[in-house]
Formats: sequence, C-alpha cells, structure tokens
Amino acid sequence: MLLSTIVFLPIVAAVLVLALGRTQQMARLIALIAVVGELALTLMAFAAYDTDAGGYQFVERFDWISAFDIQYLLAVDGLSVPMVLLNGILGLAAVLVSWNVKERPNQYYMWLLVLQAAVMGVFVSMDLILFFVFWELELVPMFFLISLWGTGRREYSAMKFLIYTFLGSAFMLTAMLTLYFSLPDGERTFDIMALMGRDMSGLLVPTGLVFAGFLIAFAVKLPMFPLHTWLPDAHTDAPTAVSVMLAGVLLKMGGYGLLRINAGLFPEQMTDFASTLAVIAVVSVLYGAFIVMRQTDLKRMVAYSSVSHMGFVTLGIASVAGGGSALSSVGLNGAAMQLFTHGTITGLLFVVVGLIYERAHTRHIPDLGGLAKQMPLIAVGFMIAGLASLGLPTTSGFVAELLIFLGTFQVFGLATALAAFGVVLAAGYILWTAQRTLFGPRVARWDGLTDARPVDVAAMLVLIIPIFVVGLYPKVLTDVFAVGIDPIMAGFGLAGFGG
Amino acid sequence: MNIGARDLFLISPELLLVTLAVVVVALDLVIRRKGIVIAVAVVGLLVPAIAGVNVWNDIHATGVDTAFNGALVVDEFALYFKFLTLAVLALLFLSSADYASRFQPFQAEFYGLLLFSSAGLMLLPAAGDLITVYISLELASLPVIALAAYEKMRLKSTEAGLKYLVLSAVSSAVLLYGFAFLYGATGTLRLISFDPADPAIGHMLINGDPSVPFGGVAVMVGVVLATAGFGFKLSMVPFQMWTPDVYEGAPTPVAAYLAVASKAAAFAVVLRLFYAGLDPAAADWSLMFAVLAAITMTVGNVVAIAQTNVKRLLGYSAIAQAGYMLVGVAAYVGSGPDAELGIESVLFYLGGYAAMNLTAFFVIMAITNRTGDDSIEGLAGLGKRAPILAVLLALALLGLTGIPPTVGFVGKLFLFNAAINADMVWLAVVGVLNSVVSAYYYVGVVRVMYLRESDNPARITVPPYAWAALAVTAAAILVLGLWPGGLLEVARQAALDLL
Repeated sequence: MLLSTIVFLPIVAAVLVLALGRTQQMARLIALIAVVGELALTLMAFAAYDTDAGGYQFVERFDWISAFDIQYLLAVDGLSVPMVLLNGILGLAAVLVSWNVKERPNQYYMWLLVLQAAVMGVFVSMDLILFFVFWELELVPMFFLISLWGTGRREYSAMKFLIYTFLGSAFMLTAMLTLYFSLPDGERTFDIMALMGRDMSGLLVPTGLVFAGFLIAFAVKLPMFPLHTWLPDAHTDAPTAVSVMLAGVLLKMGGYGLLRINAGLFPEQMTDFASTLAVIAVVSVLYGAFIVMRQTDLKRMVAYSSVSHMGFVTLGIASVAGGGSALSSVGLNGAAMQLFTHGTITGLLFVVVGLIYERAHTRHIPDLGGLAKQMPLIAVGFMIAGLASLGLPTTSGFVAELLIFLGTFQVFGLATALAAFGVVLAAGYILWTAQRTLFGPRVARWDGLTDARPVDVAAMLVLIIPIFVVGLYPKVLTDVFAVGIDPIMAGFGLAGFGG
Repeated sequence: MNIGARDLFLISPELLLVTLAVVVVALDLVIRRKGIVIAVAVVGLLVPAIAGVNVWNDIHATGVDTAFNGALVVDEFALYFKFLTLAVLALLFLSSADYASRFQPFQAEFYGLLLFSSAGLMLLPAAGDLITVYISLELASLPVIALAAYEKMRLKSTEAGLKYLVLSAVSSAVLLYGFAFLYGATGTLRLISFDPADPAIGHMLINGDPSVPFGGVAVMVGVVLATAGFGFKLSMVPFQMWTPDVYEGAPTPVAAYLAVASKAAAFAVVLRLFYAGLDPAAADWSLMFAVLAAITMTVGNVVAIAQTNVKRLLGYSAIAQAGYMLVGVAAYVGSGPDAELGIESVLFYLGGYAAMNLTAFFVIMAITNRTGDDSIEGLAGLGKRAPILAVLLALALLGLTGIPPTVGFVGKLFLFNAAINADMVWLAVVGVLNSVVSAYYYVGVVRVMYLRESDNPARITVPPYAWAALAVTAAAILVLGLWPGGLLEVARQAALDLL
C-alpha cells in the first residue's frame, strides 16, 4: 500500500487543510507536515526499490471498471521511482517557498497538495486510463492556483495552460482507446506493463497515428517547440510555488510519458520518427536559448531556459531511436537524469527568483542590480542554480548533459554539436543575468531589502542538496534509472546500461 | 382487445403517477398550507417508484413482457428510463419548491402538469409500436407548452411557450409523416414483436416484401423524417434553434426538466426505434447519426462560447451534450460481443448528465431566485457570497467538460469507447476536440465565479430541501465518477434488452 499512501496522503492532507486551516499558521503547518511526510515516504520508496531485482515493484492491482478492463494499477520501476522522489522533494520546497501566502491560505495549500497528489499519480500509474485520470486531474489545481494567486495576466495564462494541456490530452485519450480496441478480444488491456514489448502492428488506424496522439500530449507538456508558447505565460503569472512545481515536475510528466509510452510501447514508430525528433530537439535547444537572451523578466528567462533544457531530453530519447550506438543507453540514461536534475535546478532558480520578486516587487532585469550586496544568501542560491543550470562539473546538471552528449554524438553528430552550443549559450545568459541582477554596483534603491529568512534558506537547501549529491555521486540515480531504461532499450534491440 | 390485470400491473407506475397528479391538484383545493402539497408530491413519487420496483422484479425474473397487445414493451431498458424520470422529478420538486412559490395560486397545477408530462416520458421508452410513440410524445409535450409559459406576465416566458408549441407541432407533423412512410413501406407499426403472425418493422425490412412500392427509398425517407422529428426533442442540429430561447425564457425548473428528463426520454425512443425497430437499415442511419453528432456538438460548443446569459449557455451546452450522446447512438456494430456498447454508453451518460445538469440548474435556480439576474456576470463573486453553491456549480461544469474524477469523464470515456469500437475513430477525435472547446466556456463560468468581484455582497441562502436535492446530485457526480461500475452494469443489462 506504499504507493497508494504516497498518492493519497496529500489528498487527505488537502481535505484537512481546507477544513482546519482557518489561519495562515495552521494551514501552513498542516501542509508542511504533509509534505515532509510525503518526502519521507518517497525517500522510503526510493531506498526500498530493489535495483538488483529490477522490474516493477510495490505493485497494487485492483479492478476499477471491469467492463473495460480498467484497473487501479500502481507500480514503480527504475524510471519512475526517481520521479516520485523528485515530486516529494519539490512538494516540500513548494510549501516552504509559499510560507508567506496570506490570501485564503487554506484553499491555496489545498490546491498545492492536490497538485502534488495528481502528479504523484501520473508517475505511479501503470494503467493507461488511470494515468490519464491523474494527468487531467492536475489541470484543476493548476488552473485555480495560477488564476487566483497569480500575478499579471493570470486569467489569460491559466486558461491558456488549461486549453493547451487539455488539447494535448484529447489526442492522448483517443490514442489510448484506439490502442485498446485494436487488440483482439480477450487480450484487451490498458496495463502498460502488459503492453510493453507487444507487437503494435495491425491497429485500427495506422500505428503512427496512435503514436502521434501520445506524442502531441507529451510534446505540449515537455514542452517541445513549437508547442511551448503556454509555458512562459504560465510561469510568469504563476505564484512562485506553482512555478517551482511546474518547472520541477509538471514538465517532467511530458518527458516521462515520452520515455514510458512513446519509447516504451512504440519503439518502431519512435525509430521512424527519430530524425525528426532530433531536429525538433535542436530547434528547441537553440530557439529556447536565443529567446532567453532577449528576456527582461527573470521568470520568463527561466521559463525559456526550460524549453532549451528540455530539448536535451528530447535529443537523448531521439538518439536511442535513431539506430543507437554502444553508448546509446548512456544517452537515454542522461535524458532521464536531465528530467530529475532539471527539476531540482530550475526549481531552485524559480525559488530564488520568487524570493527576489517577493522583496523587490519586480522581476525586470534592467531595474535590478547589485543584489548580492543586500541579499548574499539569495545570491548564493542563484549562483548555485545558475551554475548547475549551465552544467558546471560537481553539479547534477553537468552529469545529465554529459551523459546525453556522450550517448547522442555517434548517432546524431551534427545535432549534438549544435545542441552542445546550447550549453555555451546557457553559460552566456546565466552569467549575464547574474551579472545584471546580482553583481555590479550597489543600488541604493534596494538597500532596505532583507536577505533570506531561515525558511527561505530551508527551501533553497531542499533543492541544493540533491543538486550536489547527484553531481558528486551520480551513481545513486544512474543505477536506478538504468534498471528502468533497460526494458526500453530492449524494445529497440539495444543492449542495456549494464551490458 | 382485452385488458387484463397483467396489463394494468405493467403500467402501474404510470397509472399511479397520473393518480398522484390528480391528487396533488385536488389537495391544493382543500389544503391551505402549500408545504403539505409539495410534500405529498415528493413523497407520493415513492408510490410509482415502488410499483416500478415491483415490475422490475417481475421482469427480471420472467423476462421481457408486453402489455396491451404489444403496444407497450416493458423491459429493463424501459424501466431504466422510468426510474430516471422519477428521480429527476423528485429532485426537481425538492429544489424548485422555493422558485415555484411565485406561481401562486397555480403552484399545485405546476406540479400536476409536470407529473402528467412525466407519465408521457415514462411511457415513451416502453413504446412497442409507432402509435404509442406518437401518443406518449404528445402526452409528454403538451403540458410542457403550458409549463414553459407559466410565468405568463413575463414576456420571455410566454415567448418560450409559444415557440415550444409551434416547434412541437411542426416536429410532430414531421414525425408522423415519417411514420407514414415506414408504415407504407413495411405494412406494420410494430417496433418489436414476439408474435410471428404479427411481424415488426425490422422483420419486414429483412424479409423485404417485393410488392411494396418504393420499398427501400420509402424506408429511407421514413428514417430521415423520423430523425428530423425526434431531432427537435433531442436538440439535434439543425433542429436545435428553439433550445436556447426556450431554456432562457421558460421558468428554470421547466428548463431543467426539458434539458434532462425530456431529453433522456427522446434518446430512449430513438434508441428503441433505431436499434430495435430499424436495425436492418443501420447502414442508412448509423453514418447519418455520426455526422449529425459531429455537427451537433461542434455547433453547440462553438456558439456557447459567445453566450452571456447563463441559461442560454446551458441551452447551448445541452445541444453539445446531445451531440456527445448521439455518438453512442451512431456507434452501431450489429451483433457481437460488444454490440451493446453504444446503447450502454448513452444510458450511462444520460444518468451522469442528469446529475451534472441538474446540479447546474439547481444552483442557477437558487441564485437567480435571490438575485433575479441570470447573466453570467451575475455569478461574479459567487465564490465568496455562496462558497458551497459555487463549488457545486464548478463541480457540475467541470463534469460537463469531462474532467476526472467526475462522471462526465467516465461517461465520455464510454461514449468514445463505443465510437472506436464501431470503427469511428474520427468521431471520437471530433468528440475529444469538442471537449477542449467546451472547456473554454465551462471554465469561463468558473472563472467569473471566483475571479470577478461582485458589487452585491449579499450572501445567498438556500432552503434545506433544495440542499437535499443538491447533495444528491453532486454526490452522484463524484460517486459515479469514481465507481461507475454499478450504474454501468445496470445500463448494460438494459442495453442488452434492446438487442
């Protein structure tokens, strides 16, 4: 029952917060206890996952709608258990960073907890319909969080987010149903574990269309160029904690789906599509990076850098499908690593940006400057996140990107070279931004600003710790991911990480 | 023709319902306290319900039976709709007690007319021949004309009554014309027959009497005209024009009645006529319904976006929802293991749709009853002025959009399932894309409730009996969304009776 507990603990806590969290103190206390408990549970799951045995563990299987073989089926494997942990980490960071929310705190924390539960559900569902239910469920808290506690054009952004995701998932649902009814009577199932390795030819419609249905949904979420335009708006207008969750785990749902479903269930179609995917990846990396340069809003900047960094994930996945090489498993492992590391790094960037905005009430880069003088701790957090984001060795960002480039170079040499240029651009925009906001002469206007309080430091530390742990000892993650991606590699006829 | 005790037993629910109508109207003459009259109307509904349970027990044990020489077919399919009608009626009485007090001194007649009309709606799904279809339809429609115009001092209400009168007359004429063709081509009015000496339309179509002039063409014309006739009741494009006008003008309980009970019965008779009576001609009508479904939902959803009046919005929403349900009607696959999927999904969706739509109408009724303002802007600030009503309306609207974990999601899942099972993947795609469009206006209403401030801070109070009705419908939205298995099984058994 470990996984069910992980999924439903935040929901129970959400009900409690709504009912009991009349005051800000009470609401945030309940929420904090819930997310700390949740982090403990996810750490437990991560530690208890047996990498020697591999495969799917902690399986919970019940009939839900037996008429259509829809099951309540939870399980984790090496691919999902780190994502579960990531969601646990970011949930804590999100609550800590919302410590000062005063407006309707009980509703705010309720939605935040529901959001965490929904994302958790996505990562542990092994039944396609259940996966979809959680995928859709996440829309509601996001809509309310952005539109009620956001800033700027929050209504527009919330609606845009909703419609984009809903549109993507519309295609996904059709793809799922088509897949189900294409199977011969008696073998029909939505069970992802059972569908892995199955021959996907002879569906009701050309298999490519089913593949495309899933791809569109995940490409919107990841997001891939040109389906990314909702992201900067949503990020910019969302409250800090929601930006953290959005960058930290929601985008990862897209990458996770690509790995789990597109690569896992449809290796043949993925192979056909590999070159196109590589091109999209490079465009995402470079386009994202160039657009970052032009941004004057800190949040928009981080948002576009996400588009760029998620391009690396796409590239890593494409390389495996593109014929593969001896190092392909490394590339795929890197893509999975990038999902995790980007979650913590960009989460941290948004935390820092949120802290700056909370104090200066502006995110306009030209207005800022010399903030390291007034808020040294926040500046340290910013620099750690920034350097990790540009892939400095000893941080987790370096590990992920190195693995991706190692894996992809022999398959898509030119694409890798171009994408690697994205790292150079990242170094440019990160350092340039740091210079314009943190360094330079002291600005008298900001003299009254305070540095991070203990709770803010805690929020930063929650994310800094995994950045360095994974950066210094990547094996803690790569070993687990390797177990998860081996079956996917097998689908492409490639040897796994171990061999 | 002999009328035996058995015949009377089989229509005992309807007989008791009509008796109740007479009792309610008569009581009103002698009793001063209107509360008692309402209580009698609500509690009295238990009598036909118990009779219905009796009939169900009997049918369940002995199988389908006919009454009045085959004029009525009493099977689980018909009983499903009888119970649905009774439930809707009871909820409607409870929730509208406040609203209906404005009809004094004709309040009891209001209930009486609803009861008479419901008797027609209950007979309709049981119709065994075309004559019964027509008579039941008229019995159901005529009281509604008076009901729509019940607020006779209000111009829009009388307009609604007149519109419904004219359109009912036209649609009845078209329907009769279609029936005439079917009768001319086949020589029988029977939809279902268990007596070989008295064959039904379906048998005649299969056996194809060559002496019938214009055989095939006449059947087709009959099918098209009958579809047009029912199209009015279903709010199917291009016969949907009256819907928003009548919903807006008619008293809100009457609009709710039309949107839920009347539409359900219309779907019942369409399913009966086409699946049981005209299934040999399925090649003619299946694709026709598929195209009509696609057009209906698209028109409903697109036009709904521009609405500013919440009752009109629900009118267009009802058109769109009819489009979704027509998907199930179109999903004909002949015989086979999954042949009942289409009917089953329509029946299930009607149940869920009743819960969602009634919730929405009840909330609107409670609000407009206090504020007198039925514009969407009038719902501004509802999140603060009436937090529970706002949550319930949001739940209903998210359900109508099809977001889990509501019954709207599983309902649509089943409908699109049926479409894909019938090899109509394109129709499922049109359906899911329409859900995306609908998200814009459904969520738009939610947005107004929570994000717009109101200049009228008065809290909205709701009487306890209306709360009871709302609690039932709202609970149904969630319970059926999370545990759809029970209702689905009932719907499946009912659907199997048609095949």
